[in-house]
Amino acid sequence: MNWMRTNLKLLTSYPSALAGLVVILALVIMAVYAMVSMPLSEAINLWRAGEGIWQDTPRNAAPAWLNVFRREKLPVTQVYDTTQMPGSKTVESLGGGLKEIRVVFPVEYAYDGFPQEISVFTTAQFEQARPNLTMYWLTPDGREIPLGNETLRASESFRLSQDTRLSRRLRNQPAEIGLFADPGAPSPTVLKGTYQFVAEGIVFEDAADIDVKLVVYGQLHGLAGTDHRRRDIMVALLWGTPIALAMGFVAAVGATVSTMLIAAVGAWYGGWVDELIQRITEVHLILPILPILIMVGTLYNRSLVVIMGLFVLLSVFSGGIKTYRALFLQIKEAPYIEGARSYSASNMRIVFRYMVPRVLPVLIPQFVTLIPSFVFLEATLAVLGLGDPLLPTWGKVLWEAETNGALFNGHYYWVLAPSVLLLVTGLGFSMLGFTLDRVFNPRLRGL
Amino acid sequence: MSDNSVLLRVEDLHTWFELRRFGFFRIGHVRAVDGVNCVLGRGEAVAVVGESGCGKSTLARTILGLYTPTKGRIVFDGKVLDTKDDKAMQAYRAQVGYVQQDPFGALPPFMDVRRILDEPLVINGVKDPKERDARIRQALEDVRLTPVDDFLGKFPHQLSGGQQQRLVIARAIILKPKLIVADEPVSMLDASVRVEILQLLRRLQEAYGISIIYITHDLSTVRFFSERIFVMYGAKIIEQAKTRDLLDNPQHPYTRALLNAIPDPDPDNAHRFREVPGGEPPSLMNPPSGCRFHPRCPAIIRGKCDAQIPPDLELEPAHKVACWLYADNVQRESA
Repeated sequence: MNWMRTNLKLLTSYPSALAGLVVILALVIMAVYAMVSMPLSEAINLWRAGEGIWQDTPRNAAPAWLNVFRREKLPVTQVYDTTQMPGSKTVESLGGGLKEIRVVFPVEYAYDGFPQEISVFTTAQFEQARPNLTMYWLTPDGREIPLGNETLRASESFRLSQDTRLSRRLRNQPAEIGLFADPGAPSPTVLKGTYQFVAEGIVFEDAADIDVKLVVYGQLHGLAGTDHRRRDIMVALLWGTPIALAMGFVAAVGATVSTMLIAAVGAWYGGWVDELIQRITEVHLILPILPILIMVGTLYNRSLVVIMGLFVLLSVFSGGIKTYRALFLQIKEAPYIEGARSYSASNMRIVFRYMVPRVLPVLIPQFVTLIPSFVFLEATLAVLGLGDPLLPTWGKVLWEAETNGALFNGHYYWVLAPSVLLLVTGLGFSMLGFTLDRVFNPRLRGL
Repeated sequence: MSDNSVLLRVEDLHTWFELRRFGFFRIGHVRAVDGVNCVLGRGEAVAVVGESGCGKSTLARTILGLYTPTKGRIVFDGKVLDTKDDKAMQAYRAQVGYVQQDPFGALPPFMDVRRILDEPLVINGVKDPKERDARIRQALEDVRLTPVDDFLGKFPHQLSGGQQQRLVIARAIILKPKLIVADEPVSMLDASVRVEILQLLRRLQEAYGISIIYITHDLSTVRFFSERIFVMYGAKIIEQAKTRDLLDNPQHPYTRALLNAIPDPDPDNAHRFREVPGGEPPSLMNPPSGCRFHPRCPAIIRGKCDAQIPPDLELEPAHKVACWLYADNVQRESA
């Protein structure tokens, strides 16, 4: 429509609208990126999974880009895996089915902070005889520290940081400090340089093999850090975007468009139709929505679709009906409606083609400003513990941060990132919505 | 008038609006049209005059099929109108065009000219887009909105008042109606474009043989426009006659007062007092008994005018008046 086009052109003359559009565009790009890079099922899987999937990430790590602002650089996670690094494993046959497998990982360590944890994961293939593995640690200053001698099962994990015998050998320091500390220094300081992790295994069968993975967990991880279950928070932040946008959009459509249409029908037909709609609305106005949602979430189902569907249903007959009805009652008396009746326009045609277009200038800005309020609603419900049990959303990140004492423990990034995203979403849509309001309803323009 | 030359016959038409308190207690009716009889010939232009609130717009809307009459019937083109039959009503409405008072309000502000003219065609089943386009162009040319292509994409707010009213007329004639009801079509226009619009209506009437019901409270344009005049007062037609006849020789006391009130650009008027009946227009909820004009009438016959409703008396051919003053003359003549 022509007036739409001129209005949109007018829109670009408002810096706030442009800023809002940029924010929304960025969110949309983020959402598209999330959906392209990772299917929803994978995201759900990643978010539900325990330690099995998140083996190589540290627990409660801050974002990696914090190093840019730090003088003392903190480590990021280093992973050494024989399956990924073919040169690190040498196999030597000793005859009679006996094979010696030697694994050497050169660990370059130039950080100022100690790692968070050190773990070794092994997988062994054998039929009867369990292989044997001896591990030791060579420091840059030439010390050799034995890490243990183990008979392997099919898969083993050695949490060196929790190994008390190793800790005793390291002068009662936990492994992540003892292995990297300068022995001459009075207080634990990192000895920078190239360490070597050596694992020597003996297998007793021709087909047998050993694979070793060393993980030196850092204190920082990725763009958003990790949570208490080693999950990369970025997964939830990324996938939270399409979920938030889709939900806000769908709920806003459901709540505003249906409300407007019902108001239009009531105003046009009048009589008992109108009375019925008005009475239902008045009953709805006094229904406490949040307790109802909590009740349904507690007793029935917490899935996002159910909760949001219920919310949209409850907001169909919201106070908006009164506002729209007032507008429609005015429009209904316009001479052009009478003109349309004089050439036999049907009731439905009058409602949809003659009355509804008149309120679009009111509806569109309202619609845009409503979107973030539904995103906030999801976050509110999630923080109240009514978040969807499967989907990674911003609100659930906040809820988990809260229940795990993120701020108490100083994990500010855990709270900050989803909060900022929520704020930015609200800001973007509000800036656009308020500007749309000014463009579509020019009487506000001078204010 | 012979039957074939009659386009519209209105017989004992009543349009009452129910008044309710708290939504369901009936407390009475507004009798906006209360027993109207009239006849309109093919290609004839008739003016309905009367003061505000006398029911002339309600009469127009009842004739347009927008209001359902409470009682009485409308015979259009030889057929009695069945207001309950939606299909027949749609076919009827297609033959009656409507020109409204406020041209800007009468046009949907969000539609362009093409869409405005397209709507009646689409609704009334003109399916072929080429035919619709041709008819839209023809209608715009008929109302002199030319060059047509310049106007097709415009929105009502981009047109001047006169152009808007031309567009409203184009919309009224696009279905090729036999009758146009024009409800004060020029009262909201600039004096400079009034004549143009009336001339346009006149031209269309002559070119297409359309009958026109011209509703107005402005007697100065009536002389120019119509062949006959109906004078309405208190929801009834009290006098009907040929234009010249009525203006030169008004019979009903109300018509005389109305004609007296026409402004006359004569400097002497400043020193002259016009005799205008006092009082107020009658309440249509609770109309006066007998003649509706009797509380204000200077020539009231006590005991008759305030008791009995005057019948339509035919003083001369085509000059009817509803007034007790002439009852004796007519009876003597007919006796």
